[in-house]
Amino acid sequence: MMTENRYEMVCGVETHVELATKSKIFCGCSTEFGREQNTQVCPVCEGLPGVLPVLNREVVKLAVRAGLALNCHIAEFSKFDRKNYYYPDLPKNFQTSQYDLPICQNGWLDIRTGEQVKRIGVTRAHMEEDAGKLVHSGETITTSQESYADYNRTGVPLLEIVSEPDMRSIDEVIAYLEQLVGILEYTEVSDCRLEQGSVRFDINVSLRPAGQEVLGTRTETKNLNSFSSVRRCLEYEILRQAEVLDEGGQVIQETRTWDEGRGVTLSLRSKEEAHDYRYFPEPDLVPLVLDRDWIEKVRAELPELPEARYARLQSLGLSAYDAGVLTSSKALGDFFDQAGRHYPDAKNLANWVMGDLTRLLNARQWSVKDALIQPRQLAAMLELIDKGVISGKIAKSVLEDMVVSGKDPEQIVKEKGLVQISDESALLTVIQEVLQAQPKSVEDFRSGKEQALGFLVGQVMKATKGQANPGVVNQLLREQLTEQ
Amino acid sequence: MRITREQVEHVAMLARLELSGQEVGEYTRQLDAILEYAAVLEELKTEEIEPTAHVMPLMNVMREDSVRASLSQDQVLRNAPDAENGFFRVPKIV
Repeated sequence: MMTENRYEMVCGVETHVELATKSKIFCGCSTEFGREQNTQVCPVCEGLPGVLPVLNREVVKLAVRAGLALNCHIAEFSKFDRKNYYYPDLPKNFQTSQYDLPICQNGWLDIRTGEQVKRIGVTRAHMEEDAGKLVHSGETITTSQESYADYNRTGVPLLEIVSEPDMRSIDEVIAYLEQLVGILEYTEVSDCRLEQGSVRFDINVSLRPAGQEVLGTRTETKNLNSFSSVRRCLEYEILRQAEVLDEGGQVIQETRTWDEGRGVTLSLRSKEEAHDYRYFPEPDLVPLVLDRDWIEKVRAELPELPEARYARLQSLGLSAYDAGVLTSSKALGDFFDQAGRHYPDAKNLANWVMGDLTRLLNARQWSVKDALIQPRQLAAMLELIDKGVISGKIAKSVLEDMVVSGKDPEQIVKEKGLVQISDESALLTVIQEVLQAQPKSVEDFRSGKEQALGFLVGQVMKATKGQANPGVVNQLLREQLTEQ
Repeated sequence: MRITREQVEHVAMLARLELSGQEVGEYTRQLDAILEYAAVLEELKTEEIEPTAHVMPLMNVMREDSVRASLSQDQVLRNAPDAENGFFRVPKIV
């Protein structure tokens, strides 16, 4: 992009992650997504007078786990604060958050763009409550006449993860988001269902003339919930800011919203935007004091993280590309690892998982978790191929059956009579018939046309409905053709 | 004066309170008197005192992650000045 030569972009991301708890952060209301509006609300999350919030223990554990996976320092002393703002998405008129003493600070994660590895700083991660959902009556937030408030989401636990402004290209931003979401998925801190809004990104971006040290004025575009929206939003916003600067103007520091339909960012400037949150310590919640030993116990329980799996898969002989694919989808990677316990040839297993299995899943828009096939069943099917019981071709149809039925491969092969014909006498009968029916090809082969053999093998396979062992057929055909 | 008219107007705006010019003057005087009274605390030497996060000597009060019954939609909306289809209806916000 032309602007990238004249200007350098500087980007930092705030990520809001809904933590995978059953109940809300300060009350017992369910966090389940998609239920009828205002049916997961109680006096505590509705902010009625006289109620007392009580912190959900699991929220602390998940926040610490995420912080450790992001290489953060975990605070032994932290507390909650009230962030005061007047907006109907929170009935209390303040959000309970953490201000000056967040639970996690000073972390980092490594991102990869092409061959480059770059370390992105994680400034902090703090616990807070989610706000409610507003449905606007107009076409967009800026044209709505009235809004409808649903407080089911109010009080769902969030971890807000703030990055340093370390990213210098859109590709770096996307790599950061992918890596971050991967870590949150691997640590099972969140269900990471982006399409349901369980992970949302606020994008801070500014431009500065190439070579200049001082940062330009930034804008913050809020509430993006897909990687593609972030990419498009940045493409637009960089171009917009470059135009302002080219014309000698000044970028206004402001909050903007992303209009997915029109592919533009729009100013959300208004009186409400006067950022004056008047934070003060939350008097209804007592401080949180964490024990070092307990923090270390949570650290010891961390699962294998994406970077470690990526390296391990390559050490099994997989290519960087294959390792990348099996790392980026935790579910697929888990399936591969579990099947790998029952099957030694990692490369062959990876080919089947990433090839035929993925194709069958994609055709149904399924995750591997939606399919009934179990990892050890795929391993068993590969054993059947290796032992010559079924051909690779037959295996493809067996696999499809396994994906939808969850049956063992041995059972499918038996029920459908798919056992490969390796018996020479049985195959010889078929071969004789084919040779008699195809005198021209027989002639061609004998006059030196080697490719005629392939055609004859194909005919035998067809006659046996794909059940003949191709290796045996090949060998027998050659014998027959040279003998006569 | 410990507080200005502008500050009172700003705080009123943040709280979505509409004040008349006379009220702004009145509240500025009253708030000033309150701040003046509380200013006596500034005489205390607090350099060597740990910041107080909470007045009670308590910490780590937590609950288990278990779901409890919520209110019914009817109950939730009972205090709503305006509601429709199970939602709270609020005026245009931006």
